[in-house]
Amino acid sequence: MVLPAIKKYLNIQTSSSPLVVFRISFGLLIFFSIIRFWSKGWIDFLYIEPTYHFSYQFFEWIKPIGLFTYLIFFTCLLSALCVTLGYKYRISTSILFLTYTYIELMDKTTYLNHYYLVSLLAFMLIFLPGDSKLSVGSHKKSRFENVPKWTIDSLKLLLFIVYFYAGLAKINSDWLLEAQPLKIWLMSKYELPFFGDNLLQKNWVHYFMSWGGMFYDLSIPFLLLIKRTRIFAFIMVIIFHVMTKILFPAIGMFPYIMIISCLIFFDSTFHEKIIEFISKRIKFFKKGILVSKKEDFNNSVSFKKISFSVICIFLIIQLILPIRYKFYPGELFWNERGYRFSWRVMLVEKKGFTTFKVIDKENDKVFYVDNEAYLTEFQEKQMSFQPDFIYEFANYLGDSYSSKGFREVEIHVDSFVTLNGRRSERLIKPNTNIYRVERSTFYKKYIIPYKYEIKKI
Amino acid sequence: MKKYFLLIILLFISCSDDKDLSKQGPVDESYNRVVMMENLTDNIIIPSLENLDSKLKAFNTSLSSFSSDTNLDNLSALRSDFLEAYKAWQHVEMFNIGKAEEIYYNLKSNVYPVNVARIMANMDNPNLDLDDCSDTKPNNCSAQGFPTLDYLLYGIGDNDDSILLEYKNETVNYKEYLNTVAQKLISNTSIVLDDLKLNKNNFISSTDNTMTSNLNMLINDFVYYYEKGLRTNKFGIPAGVWTFKRPQNVESFYAKNISKELALEALSACKNFFMGTKYSSESDNGESFRSYIDYLDSENNLSSLILDSFDNTTTEINALGDSFSNQVNNDNIKMLETFDALQVTVRYLKTDMLSLMGVDVDYVDADGD
Repeated sequence: MVLPAIKKYLNIQTSSSPLVVFRISFGLLIFFSIIRFWSKGWIDFLYIEPTYHFSYQFFEWIKPIGLFTYLIFFTCLLSALCVTLGYKYRISTSILFLTYTYIELMDKTTYLNHYYLVSLLAFMLIFLPGDSKLSVGSHKKSRFENVPKWTIDSLKLLLFIVYFYAGLAKINSDWLLEAQPLKIWLMSKYELPFFGDNLLQKNWVHYFMSWGGMFYDLSIPFLLLIKRTRIFAFIMVIIFHVMTKILFPAIGMFPYIMIISCLIFFDSTFHEKIIEFISKRIKFFKKGILVSKKEDFNNSVSFKKISFSVICIFLIIQLILPIRYKFYPGELFWNERGYRFSWRVMLVEKKGFTTFKVIDKENDKVFYVDNEAYLTEFQEKQMSFQPDFIYEFANYLGDSYSSKGFREVEIHVDSFVTLNGRRSERLIKPNTNIYRVERSTFYKKYIIPYKYEIKKI
Repeated sequence: MKKYFLLIILLFISCSDDKDLSKQGPVDESYNRVVMMENLTDNIIIPSLENLDSKLKAFNTSLSSFSSDTNLDNLSALRSDFLEAYKAWQHVEMFNIGKAEEIYYNLKSNVYPVNVARIMANMDNPNLDLDDCSDTKPNNCSAQGFPTLDYLLYGIGDNDDSILLEYKNETVNYKEYLNTVAQKLISNTSIVLDDLKLNKNNFISSTDNTMTSNLNMLINDFVYYYEKGLRTNKFGIPAGVWTFKRPQNVESFYAKNISKELALEALSACKNFFMGTKYSSESDNGESFRSYIDYLDSENNLSSLILDSFDNTTTEINALGDSFSNQVNNDNIKMLETFDALQVTVRYLKTDMLSLMGVDVDYVDADGD
């Protein structure tokens, strides 16, 4: 009963225009955000300057490679351009995904949800026929008009996941009952003209924005899916993301990525108009250079099958990853186990003060570590409140002191963290060695349970 | 699909009357930061600089007497004026802002330990440039300012007689260097003070929550000073918190018995600034970080935690000897305990206070989400 329905669904064909417009705009967006990143000097500041880099578990082997790091960024930039042009589409999307993801994995200090989203979208594009039209290539005759409907729906589903899980994450007692951390952040925006020093200071505004944000995230994917509400929903998307940009300028490219991505929800007629608009204005297309494509996605059955399975598995993982925190004990906002890769955006205001003590057992000596000798200010700031950073840095310190000739090294931590406006509390057990303890033991035994409970679903 | 719509609307209605759930501190009135800046500037920063200015001028007068009549009485008078000026400095160091930052006022006033070899070389240098001191080129930073005065008044001989003898003999040009360093301190102080007075209105009105606003720089400078100027320099480094003990690195090493007095002065300067206590008054408190925190803090206990930690630190320092280098050599544990007491305040300032204020410790230009 179910199976035939699925089969039927898989055979539905639809215009490839939404996918093509998505590919072009996505490539352009990445292209410009890399240029922006580069021109701000962040490659040097974040990847070349620091002597130490925080790694993701299992990806310790991915590090900046000195000045060659610029080459990675350049390759990424170039591949984004190729994706936009649809040139050697499969290869350029693969390179875009690999280089962009490599950049993200070099140092987790810079982790951002929307960078992660870009990696995911780039991955999906490899397996989706985004180059069926408007692409630079030599085989004119092989362009095609229609693609399976699931290829477009899969992108919609990922965006659905992003919004919906972001909304679910906001259903927690801090966000809804205390209006935190928005209260802190909005009150600190007092210099904004017109409303900064009055509206943003008001208690009801904090609650209104918190609840509004939650309902926005939960409802917008539905409203985008329903045809009758789509235009309204898209206007909401623009208003919401522009508002966050005004309130939190440091949010960077996030609003643009979401606004552009949400265009995928519109009907193909809308996208066809865009394609028409582009093709009328770009000479390339008039000459027909941009019109072709090597292989037909519909005809290449084997690739279609592989693509479908990859995208399916990928989306299932995406559905599960954000709820993995349920399997870890303790307060998620405190120990941050399962916090990343889960669309938890703007949920916590944390600041930490963390100092390390090196115990030289052999000579019975104790001394503090000057964090600044190893970390940049930015790294120190991030390290100070995130347990996995503290664990990693403690082990790094232990190793580096051991290699200096200290035979019995212990690393103790004094760490205090404030979360969503509560008084700072100790995060790690003091006077206890955390060097060379197992990661799981560290979480189980060395993180002091948070004394407040933040209820969440 | 309509069902979802209904569901969402229902959710909205069912939740919209839960708004009075906020427990404490529904803040509906905005905080006037300009009033705070006014109090801090008019009643603390400017009077502190004026006091330093007048103490330095008093020192200068004694210096003339000492130069013309080099005797023990005049040396003692000069030393006691030095102490007064150095104590006045403790109220100024945390304001590394505007002109002070621009001319490296702090680096030119209080970098210790001094570089004796540099001082000796400077005395023979006809092209001496005390402005050859910045964060990137600290060449003459440790050969001027209060630590150098300390050396010249206490360190050039083993006892008072031999020091006096050095000044009388004039084989080495100590007198001239003493004068040069004093004049430089005086002129730097006037530059900073005059500039602040001239631009006072702009200074006070710059209260945006941005990297370059004076309010944010004051907040950052205060936290930075407490951590680095007070905790690290006065206690951490001499006590060997990060490496080995360095008793010669205490503030006013040569005078031997005033490091405690200076440290207590610095701590009370921090406390007064935090509480907005008007200069040279005991308890006349105006708007300050403390009242600002009380406005922001729904738990209503942070400012009292910070004040308690100030008091604990005062108790710890009081338990130390007058000379910190002796303290480090003889009973360093007490120094380390004081360091720990200072850490508690640093923790509250750097995490709780900055978090509530929505101010970043450092201004890293990077994206967030």
